[in-house]
Amino acid sequence: MSETSHTIAVRGLHKGFENNQVLRGVDIDVDKGRSLVIIGGSGSGKSVLLKCIIGLMRADRGTVEVDGRDIARHTDSDRRYMTQRTGMLFQGSALFDSLKVWENIAFRLLNADRKSRKEARDKAIDCLAQVGLSPEIGDLHPAALSGGMQKRVSLARAIASDPEILFFDEPTTGLDPIMSDVINNLIVERVKALGASAISITHDMASARKIADEVAMLYQGRIIWRGKPEDLERSGNPMVDQFVHGRAEGPIKMALRRS
Amino acid sequence: MNIFAITGSVTLDALRETGRMAVFAGRGAIASILGPFYWRAFFSSLIRIGFTSLPVVGLTAVFTGAALALNIYDGSLRFNAETFLPQILGVSIVRELGPVLAALMVAGRCSSAMAAEIGTMRVTEQIDAMSTLAVDPFKYLIAPRIIATTLALPILVLIADIIGVYGGYLVAVYGLDFSGPVFIRNISEFLQNRDVVSGLFKAGVFGFLIAVMGCYYGYRSRGGAQGVGAATRTAVVAAAVSILASNYIMTSFLVEF
Repeated sequence: MSETSHTIAVRGLHKGFENNQVLRGVDIDVDKGRSLVIIGGSGSGKSVLLKCIIGLMRADRGTVEVDGRDIARHTDSDRRYMTQRTGMLFQGSALFDSLKVWENIAFRLLNADRKSRKEARDKAIDCLAQVGLSPEIGDLHPAALSGGMQKRVSLARAIASDPEILFFDEPTTGLDPIMSDVINNLIVERVKALGASAISITHDMASARKIADEVAMLYQGRIIWRGKPEDLERSGNPMVDQFVHGRAEGPIKMALRRS
Repeated sequence: MNIFAITGSVTLDALRETGRMAVFAGRGAIASILGPFYWRAFFSSLIRIGFTSLPVVGLTAVFTGAALALNIYDGSLRFNAETFLPQILGVSIVRELGPVLAALMVAGRCSSAMAAEIGTMRVTEQIDAMSTLAVDPFKYLIAPRIIATTLALPILVLIADIIGVYGGYLVAVYGLDFSGPVFIRNISEFLQNRDVVSGLFKAGVFGFLIAVMGCYYGYRSRGGAQGVGAATRTAVVAAAVSILASNYIMTSFLVEF
């Protein structure tokens, strides 16, 4: 039965690769206008979960309902339904290096919505302003930009079609703390301005605290804790506690090769 | 592991790979026919694949034509048939050497470039990003390259044919004392339409194969720079082998007609 009260409802999601079962029954949901941050260690399956939700990867089992429609079967129609509603910021920005910055931002408008180049460019310049970049940046190629500026351009591209749902994959990875905070502020501001629902994955706790309405922790393919960011310090879960404080000792054992 | 298990495993892997490649080629062909068409991507590919390959294809053709003229002359002299040099040269270039050599040169230049470009886009998540932006990567990246290469190759081969024959002409007229007008007349009277058309038909097929190999290995590349490097290398080898194998198959059918 569809759960129409949630913008996104994931139930019993399983995904494995050969002998490696990455997701073992993930249940999670996000309500309209809310921002959920999924935390977890490297290799815990965060990126796989995000790709299964957005439709870049087909789950082995389980459902992914978006506004009540199950899109886990991964048909062309499901993908269209999903891409019309979503925007995504990729970990490495994933800007098209053969195109200018404004063409990157306006990529969907030009190639999917078939807007005129003038109309698309005006929208791209507007989006650049929303992420604090000047119009002149629009005529550069991505290779001429710093990592922080690339992240901002990627954010501008994600919001260019006014999506109802936004996904952020490690939005602050590789950035210095100040630029990370700038990106976090922009994410909070733009998500609120659009009234969008958001799912982010990160292992940057400062970022999680800043952009989350709710935080969930993924461990060994399952959600083991969910709560408000202010409850992270008193979760009562030893694994969450170890992760939040970044301690090597604790119930979470990292796979290390020993000599 | 015994020899039968190894043979079976290798055979199954090869069949799997061939199946995946056939599905990819089919998807690419359907995307090329059905659209939507991305004209900017198509013209950009056409310039990169067709126009910028002209110098290398031209140089290959002129030197091949020149060397071929010398070899034909030397061989046919043994049974006093050297006057047939223009006819043999024309048929050899138009039916066989023009299409195959031009295709091999374009494969070396373009299938590797396609594999590297699309492979880099794959490992840097640009292809995933394209999907999330409601644009089908098959229609935006693969179809324009397939159409451009399939159309560009026959044009390149036509130019290679002319330049190759001219290379032979230069050697024959200025090195072997042939009469220029007679050389031209002999070739034009001897060559039939089907000689030229069969060469151009082959070129179209070679163009399709070059694009499919370059795009396929790029699209499937994984694992960063090493994966892209391996995809690039494999794409060139696969394109060259598929050109030579398909050339034999097509020739064996075309000589029947």
